[in-house]
Amino acid sequence: MSEVVMRATEVHKSFGRLEVLKGVSLEVKKGETICLIGPSGSGKTTFIRCINHLEKIDSGRIEVNGHLIGYRERSGKLVEDSERNIARHRTQIGMVFQRFNLFPHMTALENVIEAPMRVQGTSKAHATDYARALLSRVGLGDKLDTYPGKLSGGQQQRVAIARALAMGPALMLFDEPTSALDPEVTGEVLSVMEELAHAGITMIVVTHEMGFARKAADRVVMMDDGMIIEDGTPEHFFVAPEHERTRQFLSKIL
Amino acid sequence: MHVLVAVDWHVIWLRIFHPDHVFARALWATVFMSVVSQAAGVGLGLVAALMRMSRFAPLRWLSGAYVWVFRGTPLLVQIFFIYTTFNLPIVNLGVWKVPSEILTGIVALSVNEGAYMREIIRAGIDSIDRGQMEAAKSLGMRYGQAMRRIILPQAARVIVPPLGNEFNNMMKTTSLVYTVGAYELFADAEQKYSQTFISDYFIAVAFWYLVLTTAWTFIQVLIERRLARSERGDQLSYRELLLMAWNPMTTLGRGAWRR
Repeated sequence: MSEVVMRATEVHKSFGRLEVLKGVSLEVKKGETICLIGPSGSGKTTFIRCINHLEKIDSGRIEVNGHLIGYRERSGKLVEDSERNIARHRTQIGMVFQRFNLFPHMTALENVIEAPMRVQGTSKAHATDYARALLSRVGLGDKLDTYPGKLSGGQQQRVAIARALAMGPALMLFDEPTSALDPEVTGEVLSVMEELAHAGITMIVVTHEMGFARKAADRVVMMDDGMIIEDGTPEHFFVAPEHERTRQFLSKIL
Repeated sequence: MHVLVAVDWHVIWLRIFHPDHVFARALWATVFMSVVSQAAGVGLGLVAALMRMSRFAPLRWLSGAYVWVFRGTPLLVQIFFIYTTFNLPIVNLGVWKVPSEILTGIVALSVNEGAYMREIIRAGIDSIDRGQMEAAKSLGMRYGQAMRRIILPQAARVIVPPLGNEFNNMMKTTSLVYTVGAYELFADAEQKYSQTFISDYFIAVAFWYLVLTTAWTFIQVLIERRLARSERGDQLSYRELLLMAWNPMTTLGRGAWRR
């Protein structure tokens, strides 16, 4: 129980002169759902992109399932890992993007079976069976052969969730999964995510959806100016936030 | 009208409807050179485009130098340089012995074409949203795999229309190889002319180039239609695509119908 899936320690990251992460540390336990909130520019998105090494970090360390991500220790120093290892570690980390990033030249089903087949070497039959199950789970059992261009934003995002789940990741990262969606379809994506949270999938969700955070999160983490300033249960968070900055932020968006 | 009356229609009739085997060989040489050079040019262009995007600076420089030299010098000079510098062998393909002059042409045209294709392929790859590579990587794909499975198939849609123009050009440009003694379509016409001083052989050969380029237009439409299928979810009709293939303006504005 309570085994740590993701551990970030003192992560620093700058884009040129702009320091976006100023020593971020966070632990996520198996089965937890973390909602990462904060004003834009606070470094939330950059931080979760660092977790699967889509962004390099300047210092600190990030471990997922006990594996150092993106780097290798060589005589006490961290050096960037080989492409092969980085790719292997990424299979453990699912990611859902703001802009879905489905592969437009593949059907929904093909999107979902692509990585299991090409990366994990799963047989087409197995990958297809599992993909069908996943697509039904996200409510798209009838859209298997549809191309992304013919799906609504909400449907595309649900395919993207199924695609990430197909790899059987230990950790799911959601980068503002509903910000690019029309209000009327955010609900269908959020309810899928809620279902995943209850099913015990370990997730880190960057979001502005406070309703979702309240309902589904085990912990809410507030970032501001490249630092985590508050970390607690939703009750704590929405009822009695400690930090003045958190109160300001919440009063603005609630 | 005066010109048309002066035309010896009989000569043209013969060249079009009763081609002899020497002519057939010339036609084959033109088609062979075009296809092989274009294919090799695409290959070279792809390699150069990937080098251009490499993290390793010397590869980028090499790619830059390649394009700089081969786009910056006349093809005719390149053909003569290769012809006079390298003594290329006759290649026996079993069914056909490729003459050394044809091989010279293929090498020159390929290398020259590769320089142009690099830009076309790079623009195609650049046009694909960065998120596609990120999504592929986040699923554990490696760079090469992501390129092959995710990026290039999408880039192909952007690359094919200008590639079609390149190939159209290629079929006509092969005539330059005549200058180093390759027996291809233009050489055939030129030889007939120098034997008879009947200039109508050039009209006949123009007709044959038109046959080739027109046939290609139709093939290109079929290819584009296949590629357009998935992303749009609907298909353009053959007629629409034919109109586009023939109208040079739509090639420039290609981006517009992709979206």
